[in-house]
Amino acid sequence: MSFNYDFVKHRKIFFIFSSIITVLGIVSLLVFGLNLGIDYESGSKAEVQAKTSINAEDLSDTLNSVGLKPEEIPVLAGQNNQRASVAYNKVLSKDEIAKFKTTIKDKYGTEPSVSTVSPVVGRELARNALISVLIASVGIIIYVGLRFEFLMALAAIIALLHDAFMIIAVFSFLRLEVDLTFIAAVLTIVGYSINDTIVTFDRIRENMKKTRIKNKDVLAGVVHDSIKQTLTRSINTVLTVLVAAVALWIFGSESIRNFSIALFIGLMFGMYSSICIASQLWFVWKAKQLKKRNFKPADSQA
Amino acid sequence: MVKKNRIATFILILAAFAVLIGFTTPQIVKNIKLGLDLQGGFEVLYQVKPAKKGQKIDNDVLKSAVQALDRRVNVLGVSEPNITIEGKDRIRVQLAGVKDQNNARKLLSTKAQLTFRDVNDKVLLDGSDLKGGGSKVTYNQQNQPIVQLTLKDGDKFGEVTKKVMNMGPGQNQLVIWLDYEKGDSYKAEAGKKDPKFISAPSVNSVLDQKQVVIEGRFTQEEAQNLADILNAGALPVKLKEVYSTSVGAKFGEQALHDTIYAGFIGVAIIFLFMLLYYRIPGLVAVITLSIYIYLILLIFDWMNGVLTLPGIAALILGVGMAVDANIITYERIKEELRSGKSVMSAFKAGNRRSFTTIFDANITTILAAGVLFAYGTSSVKGFALVLIISVLASFITAVYGSRVFLGLLVKSRWLDKKPGYFGVKESEISEL
Repeated sequence: MSFNYDFVKHRKIFFIFSSIITVLGIVSLLVFGLNLGIDYESGSKAEVQAKTSINAEDLSDTLNSVGLKPEEIPVLAGQNNQRASVAYNKVLSKDEIAKFKTTIKDKYGTEPSVSTVSPVVGRELARNALISVLIASVGIIIYVGLRFEFLMALAAIIALLHDAFMIIAVFSFLRLEVDLTFIAAVLTIVGYSINDTIVTFDRIRENMKKTRIKNKDVLAGVVHDSIKQTLTRSINTVLTVLVAAVALWIFGSESIRNFSIALFIGLMFGMYSSICIASQLWFVWKAKQLKKRNFKPADSQA
Repeated sequence: MVKKNRIATFILILAAFAVLIGFTTPQIVKNIKLGLDLQGGFEVLYQVKPAKKGQKIDNDVLKSAVQALDRRVNVLGVSEPNITIEGKDRIRVQLAGVKDQNNARKLLSTKAQLTFRDVNDKVLLDGSDLKGGGSKVTYNQQNQPIVQLTLKDGDKFGEVTKKVMNMGPGQNQLVIWLDYEKGDSYKAEAGKKDPKFISAPSVNSVLDQKQVVIEGRFTQEEAQNLADILNAGALPVKLKEVYSTSVGAKFGEQALHDTIYAGFIGVAIIFLFMLLYYRIPGLVAVITLSIYIYLILLIFDWMNGVLTLPGIAALILGVGMAVDANIITYERIKEELRSGKSVMSAFKAGNRRSFTTIFDANITTILAAGVLFAYGTSSVKGFALVLIISVLASFITAVYGSRVFLGLLVKSRWLDKKPGYFGVKESEISEL
């Protein structure tokens, strides 16, 4: 193959790159936080669909006349502005929702969608997801530690958390709305990331058996070859999954649009982290282990 | 020498699958239940609160509340209600395809506590005096709908009516309330045009009977609802809405349409890519992926799963992930071909060596998805389930299915010395 970029040699660039993004991500989270949808903040959200284009002022006035004045002028979307979303900072009661539905149905002919939420549920779900990821991580460490080796398990987990955090960071940067499907997207990426990393590690494991590791250079060679051998697979696989994610993004329903964007970002980072973070971290740690074992510091220096 | 019988077997199996898939898919797709986000409907998460002071909310109370809700939902005629207990004090109700959402919601959360009181709001009879299932709609002389109740004990009603009658003219009303709340009073409501109580007939004689009728200016529908709800029984608890989401039927329809359309495009591009990049193995991948999608739908149907929007997304993603197993194998075969092996031995070595990779990668993914399934709630759970099914199905089709199909072609010797059919150029092959 003609492609021969030396990932091992440039590992510091990747470490610096990921560190910068991580720091920026933390800063962004601290300063801007996440753009939490109503799934995490108390309130109500309604989607209206009409057969003809909607006039936002008109819609607002109509709702006002039945005592359901929206917080802001409704946001229009869709072809010819046939869709509108209306937000309330308070949780609408059952009767208010009924009134909303009847009013809209009379005016526009179709039944609107209305969601209300108290922040407890969203937060609980997020916490639940976080705990699940941590438990899953322990499980993965045990499995990968047994089937592969402990250092690989550790590197895989770091790559996994890296990917999950990157999605959260990018969503914070871009002020994209975080809703309940976002959690599902992050979880998918966790699954994908581990899958991708294992495939690369599997090849390293196989090549390690074939090679006698004398020094750091030989080790670097093994990592380099393993990445090179699995690179086509990594790229092709991520391409096919990306195609699916992009198709959902562009053509899919509006309610899973952010889900698709989160997947897209996560998939990119998932491939990047397997090659540029997980494998490289393992290399650094393994080289140190090697150095300790050899008792000859001069020998293992590159 | 090409062994034609292997190729014939290949075509035969392929044809068998094509017929099977072609004939049974429409029925399977029809059977699969759609979530409320795909057909309209609503979901409410209730917090369960004690109906009386000192009542403890334990598992038995939750269960009986779910049963009561279930009976009410049956009144609505929803085909696939989903009522589940969540955590220690929550109940999630999912009703897909409800026509009148407003009415359904009202029907669900009303406590349905019927009380008969005197003008001073003192309770004389309550829901516990009613005979279960004894309420029905009848008509009075003016042909107006009225609700007829059956009491457990006719003598008790006699005592009650006697008591009310003895309170004298102007005071002898038997006030019938549904969901009387603290602070409500007959005297405050009596003058209003639209009082909170249902009716307040005057009692002029002692009635020793079990049958009681309520006349309350009902419409036919209101009367029917009241009778149904009384039959379904009162809720043993108070329900507070914590979270609710309702999707208009039109929105659901559109979401389903858009997402399936997106899925077709995504899958079509993946198929095209596999064909162009991997040639003959790519063709096998297209076949096994089609079987994979079919299998997922079939399993979903068997499991009585409810397909939701995130579920479809997981399904489409699953296709992308299933492709991975194919790609790992084919890349491995190509590597073996490049090292100078014959097609036959490259196929065998490629299969063997890629197996552990795919196995370990899939096990770790299932591990992660399993934890999500165990700990996740509602939509996360559904998503995890589809992911687990996807990984298992992809393992069967992409590993074993691919072996059978590609194996037949390889063993027919038709592909011998044709590395180009695997997407490997002659110039890349090193001499052994």
